[in-house]
Amino acid sequence: MSLIEVRDLAKHYRLGDETVEALRGVDLTIEAGEFITIMGQSGSGKSTLLSVLGGLNHPSRGSVQMAGVDLYALAGEKLADFRSTKLGFVFQSFNLIPYLTALENVMLPLAISPMKGKEKRAAAGDALARVGLAAKGDRLPNALSGGEQERVAIARAIVNRPEILFADEPTGNLDSTTSLEMMGLFRCLNDAGQTVVMVTHNPENCEFSDRTIRLKDGLVLGAA
Amino acid sequence: MKLHNISFNNLRRRKAKMAFLTVGLTVGIATIVTLVTLTNSMSGDIERKMDEFGANILITPQQKGLAMNYGGISLGGVTFDQKEILEADLSRISTIKNRGNISAVAPKVLGGVSVAGRQVLLVGVQFDKELKLKQWWKLFGEAPRTADELLLGSEAARVLNLMTGDSLEIEGERFKVSGVLEQTGSQDDSLLFAQLKVAQRLLHKEGRLNLVEVAALCSGCPIGDMVLQIAEKLPDAKVSAIQQVVEGRLKALDQFRRFSWAMAGVVVFIGSLIVFVTMMGSVNERTTEIGVFRAIGFRRSHIMRIILLEAAVVGLLAGLLGYGVGMGGARLALPFMAEGKQVALVWDGLVAFGSLGLSLGLALVASLYPALHASNLDPTEALRAL
Repeated sequence: MSLIEVRDLAKHYRLGDETVEALRGVDLTIEAGEFITIMGQSGSGKSTLLSVLGGLNHPSRGSVQMAGVDLYALAGEKLADFRSTKLGFVFQSFNLIPYLTALENVMLPLAISPMKGKEKRAAAGDALARVGLAAKGDRLPNALSGGEQERVAIARAIVNRPEILFADEPTGNLDSTTSLEMMGLFRCLNDAGQTVVMVTHNPENCEFSDRTIRLKDGLVLGAA
Repeated sequence: MKLHNISFNNLRRRKAKMAFLTVGLTVGIATIVTLVTLTNSMSGDIERKMDEFGANILITPQQKGLAMNYGGISLGGVTFDQKEILEADLSRISTIKNRGNISAVAPKVLGGVSVAGRQVLLVGVQFDKELKLKQWWKLFGEAPRTADELLLGSEAARVLNLMTGDSLEIEGERFKVSGVLEQTGSQDDSLLFAQLKVAQRLLHKEGRLNLVEVAALCSGCPIGDMVLQIAEKLPDAKVSAIQQVVEGRLKALDQFRRFSWAMAGVVVFIGSLIVFVTMMGSVNERTTEIGVFRAIGFRRSHIMRIILLEAAVVGLLAGLLGYGVGMGGARLALPFMAEGKQVALVWDGLVAFGSLGLSLGLALVASLYPALHASNLDPTEALRAL
């Protein structure tokens, strides 16, 4: 069974009097351990697809099966619980909490877990070490470079050892050298068995992935 | 890392905003504490004065006439069939239901006597009870202890040209002036005070009384009930309450109390608005942050707990500060608000815990909608990920 199975996925928005069809019947399968990049022009629906896959955005039609669970059939706050244990997110602008240190930012997803304080600290320290930032855990985000902030964001996304790591244009705010470093880091994580689904507009990033899904006007064009 | 770490760190980070919120709430709580404490202190002062005022129940002989005096000026009157109070009947007063509220019963007999060719009003009293009743009396000399000693009012002493230690003759009996009253500004200044038994003998009114004053003024005394109870026991006497002054002051205090509560209501409303607007602004500023929390798996209840914990911390801090500042304000304002300079500030535990509770409750209730709003934010909208 595939890790992610998407069937006939559609998402419509109301924009004033108009209805925008961001996704128009997407079918998709992602296997465990894959590194997938989703490419497309601005407005193609790639970020919408990522948010629906990530359990953040209810689809207008279709289903998302993830690790055998029908994501949007989960009742109440079960979807939030699913996100907290199975999924990790890296956002384009990192979205670190400015008043928490790097280590505290990484510990954030564990704030609601029943783990003990020492275990949380150890897990966060381990995640920071995996992204090569073990020595800067006590720094606030504004004392870190863009690349370092990205590393903290990745550490935060993997600290709870998620089954799938989602990244929404994670190199969008980085220079080319740092972008390459970050893509190398994602590749390393994937080599270690982490499933990665990344939205990007940079074709160079696709070279690091196993497969690229191209979107146009809310439809999948084909896989490379 | 727990949820409260997020709340505390956010409070530390947004010092200016949280300081504004705390100060706003502190001012509100301080205003309420000041008003309530002033009201309580002034109530306490009035209750103390009520006790000091002396008698507030007057027992006089029943009469079927109309008194013709006004403002202390007597124009005579038409009095007939006057019944006197018998000294022996006084013991009945101590059998009334509310006898526990009676602090003193002071019987008096009055009558005119001639001293050195002048007519003077002689009053027979029981000095131990009279002095308990009239705590404001100040004596030059001592109160009479023996049957041949008298106490003179200041005006009487001046007119009769007598002072402590002098002697005088009444109805052929020699008396010694044991003391002179300091001027009181009342009718006591013109009187001669003798032991009750002596005065009754001199006035030929053995066993009879003209007036009985009962001191029952104290906080919460049911004066009206006591008047009725004494009247039942002494059907031939007229029992009345001296309440006008006290009631007037209590009425004024009641109005001040109502004003205080109205002010408190306005302050609570404004305080709630400040908390609401500030917390709502804070939530709006933190939209992205809340979106991140939701995206990484925080439940709506987790978001609410973060926001409400922040409100609770601010509320408790403002409650503590507000109580301190409010009590300080009350201490400064009390001398200007109360008549006496020796009015004691009332430190009430209920006000202390009440102000803390009010501040906490206010902060939580006013933050409830912002917290709900935050918890209902769509994570995708919050992250602007579309």
